[in-house]
Amino acid sequence: MEVFVVSLLNGLVYGMLLFMLASGLTLILSMMGVLNFAHASAYMLGAYFAYTISTYIGFWPALIIAPLLCGLIGAAIEMWGLRRVHRNGHIAELLFTFGLALIIEKVVQMSWGLLPVPYRVPELLDFPLFKIYGTQFPAYRAFMLAISAVMFGAIWLGLTRTRVGLVIQAALTHPDMASALGHNVPRIFTLVFAAGTALAGLAGVIGGNYQVTEPAMAFTMGPIVFVVVVFGGLGSLTGCFIASILMGLIQTFAVVFDVSLADLLAKFGFTVTSSTPFAEVLNVTLPRVGALLPFLLLVLILVFRPRGLMGTRDT
Amino acid sequence: MLQGKWLTSLFGMMLAIACGGHAWAQGTIKVAYTDPLSGPFAQVGDANLKQMQYIIDYINSKGGALGKKFELVPFDNKSQPSDALIALKSATDQNMPFIMQCSGSNIASALIDGVNKHNDRNPDNRIIYLNCGAVAPELTNEQCSFWHFRFDLHAGMKAEVMVRALPKETTKVYLINQDYLFGQSVQREVKNYLTKLRPDVQVVGDELIPLGKIKDFSPYLTKIKASGAQALLTGNWGPDMNLLIKAGVDAGADLRYYTFYAHLAGGPTAIGTGGDNRVLAVMSFGENVAPETGNKEAEDFTKGFREKHKFDFSAATFRTIFEYLQAAVNKAGSVDPTKIATAMEDLQVKDFLGFDTKMRKEDHQIISEYFVGTFKKGVKYDAEGTGLGWATSATILAKDIDQPNTCKMKRPSAS
Repeated sequence: MEVFVVSLLNGLVYGMLLFMLASGLTLILSMMGVLNFAHASAYMLGAYFAYTISTYIGFWPALIIAPLLCGLIGAAIEMWGLRRVHRNGHIAELLFTFGLALIIEKVVQMSWGLLPVPYRVPELLDFPLFKIYGTQFPAYRAFMLAISAVMFGAIWLGLTRTRVGLVIQAALTHPDMASALGHNVPRIFTLVFAAGTALAGLAGVIGGNYQVTEPAMAFTMGPIVFVVVVFGGLGSLTGCFIASILMGLIQTFAVVFDVSLADLLAKFGFTVTSSTPFAEVLNVTLPRVGALLPFLLLVLILVFRPRGLMGTRDT
Repeated sequence: MLQGKWLTSLFGMMLAIACGGHAWAQGTIKVAYTDPLSGPFAQVGDANLKQMQYIIDYINSKGGALGKKFELVPFDNKSQPSDALIALKSATDQNMPFIMQCSGSNIASALIDGVNKHNDRNPDNRIIYLNCGAVAPELTNEQCSFWHFRFDLHAGMKAEVMVRALPKETTKVYLINQDYLFGQSVQREVKNYLTKLRPDVQVVGDELIPLGKIKDFSPYLTKIKASGAQALLTGNWGPDMNLLIKAGVDAGADLRYYTFYAHLAGGPTAIGTGGDNRVLAVMSFGENVAPETGNKEAEDFTKGFREKHKFDFSAATFRTIFEYLQAAVNKAGSVDPTKIATAMEDLQVKDFLGFDTKMRKEDHQIISEYFVGTFKKGVKYDAEGTGLGWATSATILAKDIDQPNTCKMKRPSAS
């Protein structure tokens, strides 16, 4: 029970962090059809910007300024890069963002060095909020949960209740029609791309000191975010939310359950010995492959439900 | 006629340039160095590179070997064995006598194979593999090779040091290691020495994690807490170690962390002040060893590095490597790898801290002193500006870690 509750909390925190990253990507992907490989790089930039800003004027201004900077960079990328590349089709866009991710990583390495930077949780939040079965729950994690919950609410309200949101939704499904009605669709694209990048930046600001801020953070976070987006389904914020929480929980709980396929077979009265075929594979315990489970789910969902969990259309 | 003259002079110029280049190349002894210089483990390779460069500059200022200077030629292997083999190919193509590699026993294993094959096929262009940190015991036992020299204690020896450092009151330990050749050796060796030296200690958890894949270790901490462990023993390195200890400190777990690599670049920054008096490292060197033993010269040497770089000097073994090379090349009287390898066997060098070390002939494993450091406040040299540093809590002499080996070395026939 104790392990269950603590793991649930941990899974939730990790899931919400994933959601912050994935929500921006899902907006960009579903709207512009751009599989943005550089999305996790914005996450990394957010963390590094926040680190640098916080050494001068503290964490709280950084919480606002760093995502804005990321958003500006995103807008610039869309206006002067992606829009030109767009004419040459999706493959060109894909390769463009891929190259961009590598360049950003190198730039970060050159400006901040290869070693982790001492980006720390602000002192105001650096205390254990409560103890649950003897394990401390840091206040900062609660803060992360709060930020991401507020963000989810804001995006959802923005998309469904405001005029801009409605135009975005219209441009999402019927770009030509929205354009014919006099809406500036390219500008909406820039706006969405900038907002998505800013969201990733915000995730970086609060994720960078929760984890470790180092040049490899984009590289390790990238793949899992794609899994969330594809799994959740294109164009669905709710799907993205469910997928994020699910992936967070799966990765957390996979660690906790020390079972292997052999144990499962044992339940059916089948004992695995060293002479059984594939004994090596059957004896691998769940924690050892936990990090791979999301990718397994990705493969399964692409085979059986290509539009994703709550996707509104097939790609 | 005029054209002919032109061609001759051009040819002459090219010849001069080529010869000049050749003469210049002969002026240095090149050491190829391959490690991850990009990707998730780049921080490790980069820190190694900077420290080696510092050491080489020092060794060269002390005259190098045979009047020649050492030169380091880095190759990025992206943590991939295949890329390390490409580096080996480039090194042998350029007739370099040495290739050095530190991180990744899987890469080391591939390199040993590659070097063996190359040296068999090309007796006139051989290369020596200097292992500066790949510590799976297999490399100097089952897989031992005449061309491979290991300058760090292997995982079995480190495991013994770690187990000996466990205090009497600790009776429940948890093991977490990376799921590859090295991590599995640590797992096996630590358990092995626990049964041998501390039968009273119970292993309450034993886990392998995918290498460099985990971003959040809090679920592991939950599990560790639930197991009632008092100490966490881990061979993890790089982000896998940093994130693990960070998660432990965040969860406020009442644990002591026994590590192999917490002292390496990036570790202290990630651990922070929350790790005060909780994190221990089995290490070849600590910056506070020299002031603690009153060795002024060694202290100045490490201080020189600190003043130039943002991180600490941890690579005493690298200096030992180059002192061995210096001694062996001088002893062999030439830069011929076969002669140098022979000269290196049973060579004894006093390292710069003043301890005796020896390159064991039977398996080409160095036997050197080792330290256990505790990360805490109030030391002379703090680590990475955290205010905390490594205080030496135990020193183990070379003769006490002289573990037996099973190597059956194949030496090249005299030619």
